[in-house]
Formats: sequence, C-alpha cells, structure tokens
Amino acid sequence: MQVLFDQATVRHPAARPGMAAALGPLSLRLAAGEQLAVIGPSGAGKTTFLHTLACALRPASGRVLLDDIDPWSLPAAGLRQLRGELFLAPQVPPLPPRQRVVTAVLAGRLPRMGLLASLRSLLVPTGVAEAHAALARFDVQDKLFERVDRLSGGERQRIGLARSLVANARLLLVDEPLSALDPARSAQAMQSLTQAARERRATLVCTMHDVPAALQNFPRVIGLRDGVLQFDAAPQDVDAQRLRALYHGHLDELDARTPPVVSLSESAATVIVHCR
Amino acid sequence: MANTPGADLRDPAWRSRLAWAIATLVVLWPLLVVAEFQPWQLFAPDSLQSTLRFLAGFFPPRLDAEFLSLVARETWRTVAIATAGMTLGLVIGWPLALLSARSLSISSLVGRMAPLPATVRLAVRALLVALRSIPELIWALVFVRVVGLGPTAGVLAIGLTYGGMLGKVYGEILDSGDTGVTRALLRNGSGRLQAFFFGQLPQNASELTSYTVYRWECAIRSSAVLGFVGAGGLGQQMDNAMKMFNGAEVCTLLLVFVLLVVLTDRVSGLLRRMLG
Repeated sequence: MQVLFDQATVRHPAARPGMAAALGPLSLRLAAGEQLAVIGPSGAGKTTFLHTLACALRPASGRVLLDDIDPWSLPAAGLRQLRGELFLAPQVPPLPPRQRVVTAVLAGRLPRMGLLASLRSLLVPTGVAEAHAALARFDVQDKLFERVDRLSGGERQRIGLARSLVANARLLLVDEPLSALDPARSAQAMQSLTQAARERRATLVCTMHDVPAALQNFPRVIGLRDGVLQFDAAPQDVDAQRLRALYHGHLDELDARTPPVVSLSESAATVIVHCR
Repeated sequence: MANTPGADLRDPAWRSRLAWAIATLVVLWPLLVVAEFQPWQLFAPDSLQSTLRFLAGFFPPRLDAEFLSLVARETWRTVAIATAGMTLGLVIGWPLALLSARSLSISSLVGRMAPLPATVRLAVRALLVALRSIPELIWALVFVRVVGLGPTAGVLAIGLTYGGMLGKVYGEILDSGDTGVTRALLRNGSGRLQAFFFGQLPQNASELTSYTVYRWECAIRSSAVLGFVGAGGLGQQMDNAMKMFNGAEVCTLLLVFVLLVVLTDRVSGLLRRMLG
C-alpha cells in the first residue's frame, strides 16, 4: 500500500485547544512494499504517526492518502474495509489473558472472516496450520494451545507479532516490536518481520526505540522530534551527529537498549493509553 | 520523648473526621424518623411474646413424606421459574448491553462518538432504566391479570426486570475493564460482534459469569416473593403456610431456600474455577 502525507497535522482528541499539534505538519511519501523505521525520543509523535496511518486518528489539517484514497472521505463501511487491510500492532500486545494463543493469533484474520465463520473458529479453530506457521517465524510455535496468561512478556510480544502476520495486511504498522525482547530474540524477530513483510509485499512501518536495530534492519529511517520530521534518510546517512541532535536532552534513551515503558504484566491490567 | 513546648500535637485530621461524622448523623436522622426506624419495638413485651410464639412453632420443621414431595415439586417449579425468567432476561439484556456499551463503538475510536450512535446508546440506556425501575412484583401483578395465576406471570416479571438489570451491568462490565484489546480489534477492521467474542468475552468472562450466577440466585429469591402474588412455586406455599401460622412448614421452606442459595454459591464457585 502506498502512503502520502501532505502537510498533515494531527492532534489528540483529548488535547486542549491551543496546545501544539502532536504531529506535523508532515509531508512524506511511502511506496508500496517499502520498509520504514521511525525513531525519536519519547513524546516525539512516533505512536501518533502510526495511529494516523492506521486511520485511528484523523488529521486536523492536511491530507493523508492511502493508495491515493483519503480514508476519511469514505463511508463508514468503506473505512472499516480499509482498516481491515491495515494492521496496527500496539506496543502492549492486546491479548485477553484467558484466551488461547491459537485464538489470539487467528483473531488477526477477523476482518477477512464473516461473523459465523469467526464464531465457528471460536469453537473449533480453523486455520491452525496458519497460526502455527506464523508462530514458528518467531520461535513460539510450541505455545500454540497455551493460554495467554501463562506466557512471559517477551512471548506475548512475539505472539502479537505473529498475529500481525496472520492478518495478511497490506500496510503493517508495528509499535515498538522489540520492547520486551532480549537482543538475540530482537534480531530474529526483526528479521522475521521484515522478511514476512517482503514476502507479502506489504508496506512496513515500525517505531523503534532501539536505534542500532533500526539502522541495521531498515533501508529508510525517519527521525521525529516534537512531532516534526528531523531527517528522512538511508541508514548509512544517519550519523552520530544527527542522532545526537535528534535525542538532544534525551541522550539516555539513545544509549539505552530497553525502552522506558511500563512492564507488560503491569500495563495489561490498566487501560492502555490511547497514544503516548 | 519530651514534648516541645508549644508544639501542636493534635491530629489535624480529627476535625474533618468529626465534621463528617456530624454531617452524616444530621443527614441520616431525618431518614430514620421518616422510616419509623424503632428497633426497640421488637423487644416490647407484647411483640416479643408473639414473635417467640411464632418462632417456637418453627420447631420441629415439617418433614413428613407428603409435605416433602410437595416441597420438592414446588422447589423444582421455583428453580424453573427463576431459570426461565433469567433466560428471558438474558435474551433481553445481552442485545441491549451490546448496544449500550461504549467500548464497542467504532465511531468513538477517533475522538467523540458520532451523533446517531450516541443517540441510540442514550435511548437504549433509557429503555434499560424503564425496565428495571419497575419492581418485578409490580410486573407480576400486571401479568397475573393478563395471563392469569401461575408461573408464566412470574417468568415474564423476572425476565423484564432482570433484562433491565443485566443489560445495564453487563454493559458497565464491558466498559470498565481493559478495553485495549477490543479497540485494537475494532481498529484493525473487525466487526463489533467479532470484537465482542474475541476481545471482551475472554477479557471479562469470570466477572460476567459470577454476576450472572449471582443474578440467578436473586431470581430464585425473587420467584419466592412473586409466589405471594400468585406466580406459583415455593413462594405460594410460603404464603399459604404464613397465612395459616404454620411455623413448621415455613421453617422447612426457609431451609430449602438456604439450600438453594448454597447450591448457587457452589455452582458459581465451580464455574469461576473452571474459567480461572
């Protein structure tokens, strides 16, 4: 799916008037099948950017076009159909504790299924092989019939990623895919994710706190700070000086490999913040 | 430790606590007066004597085979009325709960809910208020006139009132839990019912189950009260026994009620263990 941001600014629904926009004005073009990493200090508007792409936030001004269509000009049914072709994986994987992994992964297919077919798959899961294959890419296939609440935070995150593959979306939006993974797992997960996106010819956008991983795995990296685009470059052109400028005042985030996020088990109990 | 002279050692919270206590008394006193709350009347010699005479009649409970078989039949009828009423309540309550739950709104994913769905939700809530604000006793009196004496009136009365209660509380349970899962599903293009079955049901299953079983218990008690106005079951037997001042029969019937409540407690515990 191709994407066009044309002078788009985005505000949070809860923001008071007069507050600066969370994102923009931003102009950007993504070709179909392109892979993009978004980096920047926390509060830079990375998640807002993803939510805008996912049609979860409406731009206050400017345009955002997906495949040359303005999603907000579509009727409700059309917008829903379009959302079915996108997949937004939040930072904390949205997995109900009592659900089994197989159901949680196959929930990614819901937009492609009718209500009756999806109810039937609640009783007897259909497409178990598909779920197994997606889990195998992230090395958690042995958890197929486990319950979600018996898993560690890292396993849950990988299950969330497997779900995004099952969705078969044309635009994959992944918020901090590596926040709960150790370095070895991170490398494997990142590789599986980018490769799966390539096989499906899906456009992939990831926000990344782990700058080295972003530079290593993505052919294009953008830096956001206070909602403004700082650079849009190939990874080899992102040098230490640019990074220092981007993370100025937040240099600890640049060095830290672990992001400053709440732990998975803790945040699972609380309401997930709409957008950080 | 010696007191420093001039140090104020009084608890600063004491004054506000005293003020709240006085305020509570001032508010409660007129209520007690209006409600003619005079517990000492219980212990006035006349009433104490008649109470004791009635209670003395309770022992021994009537346990002969004839009466017990009657009680068994009526118990079965009571449980049947309660269960059928509950089923009707569920049939009425669930659709209304799903319609009124804000967390299943697609339009509120982006800021405010659209006007039409907001109006529908308001109307559904008003309907729920109307259903549950009329006590089941009143409904029963109405239906006894419409369909005649017997269990049907009880079933209809319980169904309507409980439909209102279940609809309200189910809706609130769905909205008060972690809605992140549901929102993620809706945002990725799932339908509302799919989001309900794959997100909210596993998320809130144990709370919904325990509330449903508790309501079933209430329905059993309710059907006893409805028996007094001619809706059949144990209540009708209780009414007869009370009118005859037959303490032994009243005692047996009360024991059956205790047993029924214990039973529902067990069922609820079992169901929650199975889900937990």
